[in-house]
This record gives sequence, C-alpha cells and structure tokens, in this order.
Amino acid sequence: MAAQAQALRAAPTGAGGSVAIVLRSVSYAFDLHGEPLPVLDSIDLSVAAGEFVALLGPSGCGKSTLLRLVAGLDRPSAGSMTGDGEEIVSPDPSRILVFQDPTLFPWMTVWGNVAAGLDARGVLAHHRGRVDETIALVDLTAFERAYPHQLSGGMAQRAALARALVNDPALMLLDEPLGKLDSLTRLTLQAELLSLWRKKGFTAILVTHDVEEALQLASRVVVLSERPAHVKAEFKVSRPYPRHRDDPALVALRRQVFATLGLET
Amino acid sequence: MIGVWLALWELTTAKTGWLPKPFFSPPTGLLHVYVTEWRRLLICIGYSLRLWAYGFGLGAVVGYVGGVALGWSKRFAYWGMPILKLIGPVPATAWIPCTFYFFPTTFDASVFIVALASGIPVTILTASGVAGVDRVYYDVGRNLGAKSWYLITRIAIPASASHTFVGLFMGLYYSFAVLVVAEMLGAKYGLGWYIQFQSNYSGYANVYATIVIMALLCAGIVKLLFVTRDRLLGWQKGFI
Repeated sequence: MAAQAQALRAAPTGAGGSVAIVLRSVSYAFDLHGEPLPVLDSIDLSVAAGEFVALLGPSGCGKSTLLRLVAGLDRPSAGSMTGDGEEIVSPDPSRILVFQDPTLFPWMTVWGNVAAGLDARGVLAHHRGRVDETIALVDLTAFERAYPHQLSGGMAQRAALARALVNDPALMLLDEPLGKLDSLTRLTLQAELLSLWRKKGFTAILVTHDVEEALQLASRVVVLSERPAHVKAEFKVSRPYPRHRDDPALVALRRQVFATLGLET
Repeated sequence: MIGVWLALWELTTAKTGWLPKPFFSPPTGLLHVYVTEWRRLLICIGYSLRLWAYGFGLGAVVGYVGGVALGWSKRFAYWGMPILKLIGPVPATAWIPCTFYFFPTTFDASVFIVALASGIPVTILTASGVAGVDRVYYDVGRNLGAKSWYLITRIAIPASASHTFVGLFMGLYYSFAVLVVAEMLGAKYGLGWYIQFQSNYSGYANVYATIVIMALLCAGIVKLLFVTRDRLLGWQKGFI
C-alpha cells in the first residue's frame, strides 16, 4: 500500500503534495431575482499546507458556496483567494471538489469515471495504470466494470473519491461527502478518508453537519455563523489519530463546539 | 391468433361479401398481388427505402448537430430557437410548393421533405435534452480540467441521449407519414407512388398489399432503432 501511494505521488500528472490556502475578506452574494442575497460576509481563513480543516455551521449558511469559490467554479464578489500565493481564478484539477452526491457520470463505468480527469486532459493513454491503482486504493477493483447505478451509496462515494484522487490533488474540498450514507458506512468511510489524507498528504477542507465527524477527522474546526456567514470561532484539535469518541478532551471540545453553534448538551 | 384474424377476414370478404369487393379484398387477393407483382413491388421498396434513408439520415444528422448546438450555446439558441419554434409546428408537406422552386429534381425535393419531417423532432428533443443536463456534471467536468469539447462530447451528448432517441422515434414515424406524400411528387417508383397509382385504377388489393409492406418496414426499422438504443443506453437500465 505504501509503495502504491508512493507510485501515485511520483506520477507526473497532478501537482500532488499539498497547498496552503489563504482567503482574505471573501464575500459572495447570490443574485436572487435581481436582488443580491449576501451569503458570505468577509471570510478570513488560512489553511496550512497538509492541514485538515472542518467547516461547521448552520444549514444554508454558505459553506458549500465557500467550497465552490475555493474550487474556482465561481468567483467571489469581493476579496481574494490564493493557493500557495497564486490567485485562484478558475477550476483546476489540483483542487478537487467532492460533492455530497457522488455525481458519478451514469453513462460511464467506474473505471471510466475514475479515468475521466486524465481523459479530459488528454493524458490517459500514458497513465492507465494510475486508474487501476487508484481504484484498488478505494477497494473497488471488483466493480471497475460496473455502472454507477449498480453501486451502493458507499461504493459510489468511494468511486467519487477515486475520481478525485487519480489527479493527485493538492487540495481536496469535501462537501459533506458522507452526509447521505448510513451511519455504519459513514464510520468506515471516515476511517478511509483519514487514511487517504495521511497517506497522500493533501490539504483537506471538509464541510460537515456532524460535529463528531469534524472532531474525529480535522486538525482544526472552524465554526461559521448564520448567513451571511463569517468565521465565528476556531478550535484546534490536537489529539493524535486514530481518535476515540470517548476521549475526554474531545468530549469537552464537542461541548464547546455545540455551545458555539447555539446548542447546549 | 393470426389464423383467427385471417379466417375472419377471408369470411367477411370472399365468403359472405359483407365488405364489398372492389373496396375490400380477401387475404388471398393480397397473396395474389404478391405473387404476380413481386418484381415491381421490390423495385418500389428499393426506391422508397432509398428516399427514406437519404431523408431520414440527412434529417437526423442535421437535426442532431443543430439540436446539440441549440442546447449548448446560448447565443445559438437566441437566434435559432425562434426559427425552430416558427417552422416546427408547420407540417413538412406544407413546404411542397416552395421545394419545387428550390430543388433541381423532384427526388431532391422529396428528400428535403422527409428530412424536414424527421429532423425537427430530433432537433427539438436533442436541444431540450442538452439544455436540461444537470449543471453539476459540467462542474465536475470543469473541475477535472475538461475543455468545452469534452464537456459537449463526453457529458452533454451522453447525458441527453435518451431525449435524442425519443426525437428519433418521433422523426421515424413522421418520416414514414410524409414519405408517401413525397413520393406523389412525380416519382416514377416507390411504395407511395404505387399506392397512388393503384388507387387511381381501383387496384385496392394492391393498395392493401402495399400498406402491409409499409407497416412491416416501419415496424422493422423501429425495432432496429430500439435495439440500437438499448445497446447504447445500457447504462440506464437502473433508471428507466
């Protein structure tokens, strides 16, 4: 497994490694029937290279919008965003967004989906082996000829992770990727996500509703306010991995996070 | 089942004469037509299929390309959609008078009529299919580094393929309907021409015999299109 990860990192298709992200007073407003609806209000956020940051916040506060901005799919109304000092102006395979729904292309097999990024950039012919390796990394080799509708929710989300990872992203933007899975699959995938992050060393920004999940995975938890969102509080989570739910330090932290979100436990 | 129908048919026509002679014909009458006229009918089938293939092929290709462009490009849709909405509901046969002016031969004019009839549903359904593709697939594509060509050919086109096939099926039926009319434009052979010719001479048995052939041809081509669709859209099995 380690050798495989090494081989993946060494392949010259993506940037690989990790990237430092800096957001300076980023604001965003939706256009709602001609009226601007402010969603993000002057967000300041720095994510160090290789860091795993979880974003928590009330429903509809603009967390997903923030990820779309960092991915380069939308442009902020104001403020600046940089990755390793370079302005983010357009989508790039080194910064990949993974959605809550797997959003696999239903007309392609698992193999075709995972290969899509390399194919779209015209480098697939030289890197077919990478596709196989990445599918093996998420344990889907037996299903590589299957179509998305034949997969379970967990398998589909693992395929979506593979489709992102094959490009060797320096930044993974995870928009509640485990949000629709049943609780057991969720726990399994949390562990897998963690091991992928530790193995490959990318920077990760995870949007989630699940405080427990944030505390299990992230090295820092950022709490956003109601819409229009700004950064309300930050919590450093310095417990070693693998973490345990009943770790007293985490339990205390969880209480603090809930209090910030306006919920007493 | 077919036997019962044929017996009933034979009974009402040949035996009892409930359905009078020149206008209705017993199955044996049709058989007689096939035996005596098969050479001419084969030539007519050949001519009709040639006209249909040119017309439908042209209509499907032009309609498909136009539909993808209309569904994909806002600017193209801005200029193209009003035209399509204007000419879409007009029956293809209404264009017959102008086609004589614009096309050098009646065969070209007939091809145009058939192409128009089959092309318009293909265009409309492909355009609406492409325009209706879930935006998130394009976001995923752009995020993976895809350029427009990839987004069109590998995302928009497969995602809208089931719409396109609905358009092709509709176009197929329309094209058969206008085929007969188109062949009345001074054609020398063809099933439509044959029907016209025989009904002028009260050859109703021949007319029925030809209608049976046309029905079978149409059903055969529909079947072929179904097989193609099921093969191309196998990935959808879980959806529909």
